[in-house]
Amino acid sequence: MDTTAFIVTIAGVGLAAFVIWYFFFSARQTASAVSTSGGVQEVAITVKGGYSPDVVEVERGKPVQLSFYRDEENSCSEELLMPDFNVRRDLPAFKTTLVELLPQQAGTFTFTCGMGMLRGNLVVK
Amino acid sequence: MEPTTKTETLDIEGMTCASCAAFVEKSLSRTPGVQRAMVNFATEKATVDYVPTQASPASLKEAVLNAGYGVAERAPDTSAAERSAEIDRQKALAYQKLKRRFWVAVGLAVIIMPLSMLMLWPAMMERVNMQWLNYALLLLTLPVLLYSGREFYESAWNGFKHRAANMDTLIAVGTGAAFLYSLAATVVPGFFTSRGLMPEVYYDTTATIIALILLGKVLEMRAKTQTSAAIRSLMGLQAKTARVVRPDGAEVDVPVEQVQLGDIVLVRPGEKVATDGLITEGSSALDEAMLTGESLPVQKQPGDAVFGATLNKTGAFRFRVTKVGADTMLSQIVKLVEDAQGSRAPIQRLADKVSAIFVPTVVVIAILTFVLWFDLAPVEHRLPLALVNFVAVLIIACPCALGLATPTAIMVSTGKGAEHGVLIRNAEALEKAYQVNTVLLDKTGTITRGEPAVTDFVAPGQDTARLLQLVAAVERQSEHPLAEAVVRYADAQGAGTGAATDFRAVEGKGAAATVEGQAVLIGNRRLLNDEGVALSSALSAQAEQLLAQAKTVLYVAVAGQAVGLVGVADTVRDSSAAAIKQLQALGIEVVMMTGDNPQTAAQVAGQVGIARYFAEVLPQDKAGKVKELQGEGRTVAMVGDGINDAPALAQADIGLAIGSGTDVAMEAAGITLMRSDLRGVVTAIELSRQTIRTIKQNLFFAFIYNTLGIPIAAGLLYPFFGILLSPMLAAGAMALSSVSVLTNSLRLRAFAAH
Repeated sequence: MDTTAFIVTIAGVGLAAFVIWYFFFSARQTASAVSTSGGVQEVAITVKGGYSPDVVEVERGKPVQLSFYRDEENSCSEELLMPDFNVRRDLPAFKTTLVELLPQQAGTFTFTCGMGMLRGNLVVK
Repeated sequence: MEPTTKTETLDIEGMTCASCAAFVEKSLSRTPGVQRAMVNFATEKATVDYVPTQASPASLKEAVLNAGYGVAERAPDTSAAERSAEIDRQKALAYQKLKRRFWVAVGLAVIIMPLSMLMLWPAMMERVNMQWLNYALLLLTLPVLLYSGREFYESAWNGFKHRAANMDTLIAVGTGAAFLYSLAATVVPGFFTSRGLMPEVYYDTTATIIALILLGKVLEMRAKTQTSAAIRSLMGLQAKTARVVRPDGAEVDVPVEQVQLGDIVLVRPGEKVATDGLITEGSSALDEAMLTGESLPVQKQPGDAVFGATLNKTGAFRFRVTKVGADTMLSQIVKLVEDAQGSRAPIQRLADKVSAIFVPTVVVIAILTFVLWFDLAPVEHRLPLALVNFVAVLIIACPCALGLATPTAIMVSTGKGAEHGVLIRNAEALEKAYQVNTVLLDKTGTITRGEPAVTDFVAPGQDTARLLQLVAAVERQSEHPLAEAVVRYADAQGAGTGAATDFRAVEGKGAAATVEGQAVLIGNRRLLNDEGVALSSALSAQAEQLLAQAKTVLYVAVAGQAVGLVGVADTVRDSSAAAIKQLQALGIEVVMMTGDNPQTAAQVAGQVGIARYFAEVLPQDKAGKVKELQGEGRTVAMVGDGINDAPALAQADIGLAIGSGTDVAMEAAGITLMRSDLRGVVTAIELSRQTIRTIKQNLFFAFIYNTLGIPIAAGLLYPFFGILLSPMLAAGAMALSSVSVLTNSLRLRAFAAH
């Protein structure tokens, strides 16, 4: 193995490790819901290649209103799925789509795009 | 003349107290052109009547903003149809754009390809300046990258920022690497030649991959719109206008959104019913196939319920509106189907887990492929070989096929189910229905009609036609279900009508009236006893016989003489025997349960071909019987009417509620059958079997495709067979894989119920 191959190997393994850490283990952006006077917990989520914030904390037993603003035309994010709440919604581009739900049980519920590539979590406390 | 007004509903934001509402109301009322404004604090809605020539939704909004409050952008009840129309419009636009990007990529790729192959003809190569050719290729490839492929790079970057990786990440990294390498080889070829490397370029690879992936996307998008075709056609059933009869008798055509509860709506033959209501006047036959799957028109009379989107066939009638907007049967069906399409099938769990880690994992595999090739291949070829295989791995991996495998099949089949009057609550219900090997039927209302019908009319030595006429005349005055059965029977027999006077209903016993001067009694034995009418031994014996057949017996007396008997029983539906036979042909054991005595149970079971039954089951024990069957290791589908059978439906592995046509969303049932007969059970089970089979095929294909494709692309076959996969072939395979899965799901559209 010559020097170049050695460098390529080290760089490659390092890059692979970075990819694993970056996508699976690095810290995520978390947001808690803001309750309105009516007792509805509201969270605004921007959809652009992912969900920001992608971890949303809400309280159990109170209605939740998630407003998804889809800030792109990319077809990856055109559908929103929340299988635990039986939600499949088309998100029109550059529009806000409201999703209302009433979490009855505590737990972590995933929401994803139509193909499960983009992910976020609804954490019910 | 008073100008016509329009009504607008606004969602007001930011009101904290009732006085805010008053303030908004005042502000709206003062707006020029507004005739009336009403603000409801509780619902946070403002209803405004205005003259369209002087005010507009925009000026109304401004008035609210001036008052210091906001207007929510969302229309209060944007109907599902409107929402989907907007989405459809956007999708159509996106499709057009995508097609344009595709054609640009194809157009340039067909020029780039032959130019890149010039090196195959050494004679040609001598005449062309290599350097110039590369620059020409670079110029041709740039538009493919920056216009056609732009979305991939943007999406990959946006995803990266979110620590998310998707299919675009793979394409972007793959084509990006090939392009950057080529760019370096074009601009600084000296760098390569000084190290003994050929400055090779991969512009053709880059352009072709993008063109092929876009082809896949075009095909995918086209197919995807078809998966939701059923629900769109359901929404399209909604009538646009309704002919409302004003209190002054004027008939006005109004948009269906403006129809109010309590309005009287006129429907003429051939017209669609605008919304749900009760017939007040007139009668007709209605085609309800779009909601229930029942192909025969249903006869309706005053007092009967009619449903929006059904088609009026024969007569004109008026109905009073009882439900509008989201409460109508059609909207509920649409909602239920939408919900089902959003649900996740347990079978998908593994695919979901894999999708979640798929892309980063593939990126890691690709990097390791690069490293291994670089380390192991001969020095003079190692860089191009490492690069080509790196790109091939990234491009061939197809997370889409995995992601599309289950949901597309669920979407097509739930839509298809709705078309046949089979409403599937969620994907799990579909999967459970697939596993069913035993169907437990509650006799009443499923095998039988669940309503009494006259089976015997006995009148020894009498003019039966005339007697029936007398009896019918009395029963016409009564509202008892048994009386209705007698009237239906009399009508079917063509008995004439007579006038009854002095009608009196005897609570719990029967009825009496005077018809053609004669006192007529009809009721149970106690009625005759109370009225002092004796029963002849012949009639008595016949009554015993009817009772032994588990029939209800009505006694008829005319002028103080007992003269006849009416036997009433719940009758078996015409379709039951055939449906049960079909279920048995599917390999399912059909079991019946009933509250009747064993003889009756045996008789009905024999009539429809059921071998095993439970008789004398008390209502509270029904769930226990389901458990008993489950205890035998069976997967049980319980079929019931959804109201009385709720606990049993909930206990069963899958509950099928036979709808009475009133409540679509029956909580306890996983599947609701809109048509009141057993054929729906067959449809539901056949549909579930085909759907799950399709899903299994899709998942199998998606897993096999990726687990074989990725190692081949990485060059696993090279040491043994010398086979390497060109990244262009990888792109073709990838484009086809997701399309294949979609196409397989779309085959479910051909599902036809027997």
